[in-house]
Amino acid sequence: MRGNFATITKMFSAGVVAAGLSMSSPAKAAEDTIKVGILHSLSGTMAISETTLKDAMLMLIEEQNAKGGLLGKKLEAVVVDPASNWPLFAEKARELISKDKVAAVFGCWTSVSRKSVLPVFSELDNILFYPVQYEGEESERNVFYTGAAPNQQAIPAVDYLMSEDGGSVKRWVLEGTDYVYPRTTNKILEAYLKAKGVAAEDIMVNYTPFGFSDWQTEVSAIKKFGSAGKKTAVVSTVNGDANVPFYKELGNQGIKAEDIPVMAFSVGEEELAGLDTAPLVGHLAAWNYFESVDTPENKKFIADWHKFIKNDKRTTNDPMEAHYIGFNMWVKAVEKAGTTDPDKVIDAMVGVSVPNLTGGYSTMMPNHHITKPVLIGEIQADGQFETVSQTPGLVMGDEWSDYLPDSKDLISDWRAPLSCGNFNVATGRCGGKGTN
Amino acid sequence: MILLRTLGLMLVFLMASLLPSNAAEADLRAVIAKFATGSGFSATEAVVRELAATGDPLVERPLAALAEGNLYIRKDDSAVFVGNEAGDSVTLLDPLSGESAGDAAKADITKIKVNNTLRRVIRDALGTLTLRAKDPAVRIAAADTMFKTPDAANIEPLDAAIAAETDAKVKALFEQARAASVLVSDKPEADKLAAIALIGARGDRDALSLLTSVEANAQGAVKDAASAAIASINSSLALWDAGQNIWYGISLGSVLLLAAIGLAITFGVMGVINMAHGEMVMLGAYTTFVVQQVIRTSFPGLFDWSLVIALPLAFLVAASIGLIIERGVIRFLYGRPLETLLATWGVSLVLQQAVRSIFGPTNQEVGNPSWMSGSFDVGQLAITWNRLWILVFALTVFGVLLYVMKRTPWGLQMRAVTANRRMAASMGIRTPWVDALTFALGSGIAGIAGVALSQIDNVSPNLGRGYIIDSFMVVVFGGVGNLWGTLVGAFSLGIVNKVLEPYAGAVLGKIVVLVLIILFIQKRPRGLFALKGRAVEA
Repeated sequence: MRGNFATITKMFSAGVVAAGLSMSSPAKAAEDTIKVGILHSLSGTMAISETTLKDAMLMLIEEQNAKGGLLGKKLEAVVVDPASNWPLFAEKARELISKDKVAAVFGCWTSVSRKSVLPVFSELDNILFYPVQYEGEESERNVFYTGAAPNQQAIPAVDYLMSEDGGSVKRWVLEGTDYVYPRTTNKILEAYLKAKGVAAEDIMVNYTPFGFSDWQTEVSAIKKFGSAGKKTAVVSTVNGDANVPFYKELGNQGIKAEDIPVMAFSVGEEELAGLDTAPLVGHLAAWNYFESVDTPENKKFIADWHKFIKNDKRTTNDPMEAHYIGFNMWVKAVEKAGTTDPDKVIDAMVGVSVPNLTGGYSTMMPNHHITKPVLIGEIQADGQFETVSQTPGLVMGDEWSDYLPDSKDLISDWRAPLSCGNFNVATGRCGGKGTN
Repeated sequence: MILLRTLGLMLVFLMASLLPSNAAEADLRAVIAKFATGSGFSATEAVVRELAATGDPLVERPLAALAEGNLYIRKDDSAVFVGNEAGDSVTLLDPLSGESAGDAAKADITKIKVNNTLRRVIRDALGTLTLRAKDPAVRIAAADTMFKTPDAANIEPLDAAIAAETDAKVKALFEQARAASVLVSDKPEADKLAAIALIGARGDRDALSLLTSVEANAQGAVKDAASAAIASINSSLALWDAGQNIWYGISLGSVLLLAAIGLAITFGVMGVINMAHGEMVMLGAYTTFVVQQVIRTSFPGLFDWSLVIALPLAFLVAASIGLIIERGVIRFLYGRPLETLLATWGVSLVLQQAVRSIFGPTNQEVGNPSWMSGSFDVGQLAITWNRLWILVFALTVFGVLLYVMKRTPWGLQMRAVTANRRMAASMGIRTPWVDALTFALGSGIAGIAGVALSQIDNVSPNLGRGYIIDSFMVVVFGGVGNLWGTLVGAFSLGIVNKVLEPYAGAVLGKIVVLVLIILFIQKRPRGLFALKGRAVEA
């Protein structure tokens, strides 16, 4: 009981300090520190995923300060809590930029929160690093996308399932949570599968609400769909909390990975931490990073993380690596530009290349997306992923999908002469669909 | 090739049953050693196939270990071992004899990687090898595997197994597996027609799957027979599907009942709009988590009892928090529903954030005891154990609560205070205490609901959020102040929801249910079972 009480007091004082950080920013401090905004939900439904990213950012900033800071100044984290409330994201972003005068912001998880802050970032001309895999169909001058675009996750995953190693899948269930990321991803996947010669009756698309917990009907529908004599797989864009009951139901209804594998795009080490993974061995996930990746960089990262968070059991995951890459890129770009002025940094970012945690280098491309390897992993009994397939080289993020009629002619290039996020190569003009 | 393999198999069976030959064992070891030399899944697969082709029952141990990811290579000498992980070290066992070969640190050995394709290959191989296993369950699993992956080469070993089989149930499964293999062999048409009849009689989804692929590849009479069998399976499955939807509805209803039953007391009987009800459920779930943690670290043997142990504790935890809330907040707000709503909403946020601060924002793992995992079949219905137990549990809780309310002095006092507070007070009932205890009871019941829900849902600080709306819906729909109304309300909402879901989808289904409830409430504002009498006006 005492321990708990101590924890509570600690949390309260931490909260007070955090509040103090964002409120008391005397002019003196502003001169000898560079402020970095962290815009992740620390309460509400998304706290489960985003709190970890806030901690990861604090760790990265602490490490950078230990190395002597940036441009001879110390970095200072400004943490705000948008509380899983989408309009509040925009408000907090405005507060970070106008009041706290941060040099860059690292934040957002859901696409809807990103969409809500976009106008703020372009109006006040600041920089956002967005660390989560997303549906693409967007490229903004003020945003750097360090998570995967669909072609860096979804398409290679489907390719793997179609391959002999993946089981030569012929029938597809696209199961997702009902919001923009799964819907857009599934639209791209459907078009891609049809282009590969999959018949319409061999594709089943189904959506469930956020936080869905009664999966009996859906799982038995998958079972039914899978008993048509063709190899079947599920591609899951089911988000967050709904995954645990989904996998529990799969396990209980006896759907084995050998028979109907489930390939997930939103299930990482963090989500598996809340699950008994024994019945899930063999189900798959596609990411650009797994905690189990055996490289010296990753070993060091995990050791640092455990030391920082003071808990050996905490896992690392893909969005954390994205922040790791994004933060190091920003540091490098600031050093290159010799200033933290967002305009100059944005121009300096393109072409910056930093080591990622999977043993290679990630480079910022002119479309503000990065190059990454794509890994396919199978869930193991210990809650980790075992890499079973990896793209031979790095994959460049493609913001405008080539498989959607609306966006197949669009490209994005933020370098000087073109400087456009949605250049239409067919008409030769900047603009068209997706001028968010 | 097939002939050779079968011959080899029979030979090995003979040898294995008569005398374990050292020469054969040495050969096996030579094959197993190849795991260390090749790299990549295809190399591993080749070795697996070679091992399986020997047909020696001894290879079962290394293959089963490989499928589970427990086969290791020692880095020093490239020897292959079966390993049992124990913390940072691994106990090594000889792959054939199973004798202990000492321990090794994890860094000194490498695990042989497997993927789904390999697991399938191993499963098929083990299927053939375990046809003669002593345990009927293993033989059934073997028959099942062979049924799903028919191969003409399976016919001969199955024939031998059928001849030797004494268990009628296993024998029937062997015959179905044989029929499946006949369909992909080059046997005459008459054999195939008989096989289709046999498989058609099986009538489940696996049979359907098999027949569909036969139909696609066959011609003439076989194709027609397959189509006919598919049609008959489909029509019987359609009936089972309807039954399944009803069962899912009942199961969802039991979850709703569990979530709502505590609210039926605090909101239904007492009239407190208790927005912190979901958090009581969450506290119960976290109590289960803590109990399981303690059991895992201190008494691992008791794990299957963890839920039973957690039940009274969850009740106590949630009830005492409920008592504190009632004494600390709610008693000042009786008769002011809006303030109660806001205050309890605030309490719910405090509780959520407190749990988040103590346990962290991430999901906590609550394990399922063995008796709550898996499923069993009733005809073509797959019934999962956890859902069945939750149904039983929900009905038990309901029964006990009904008994307390209707048959105990305390229940009588509760009902008296609800019906007419001033009259009850005049009769000498200490109404403030009855209020406090009633609220504690409602909260406690929510706590034990949390124990059950921890088995099917996330244990996270947001657990309660997902149930609060549904709980209010059930109580309002069933009729405020009536326990039977809550029961009927929960099950009818559950069934309507699940019957709609296959047609409308989960999202639309939920919307339709909400619209129906709104319309219903317009017609009958007091719900299904309205309380009559003076209490209604109070």
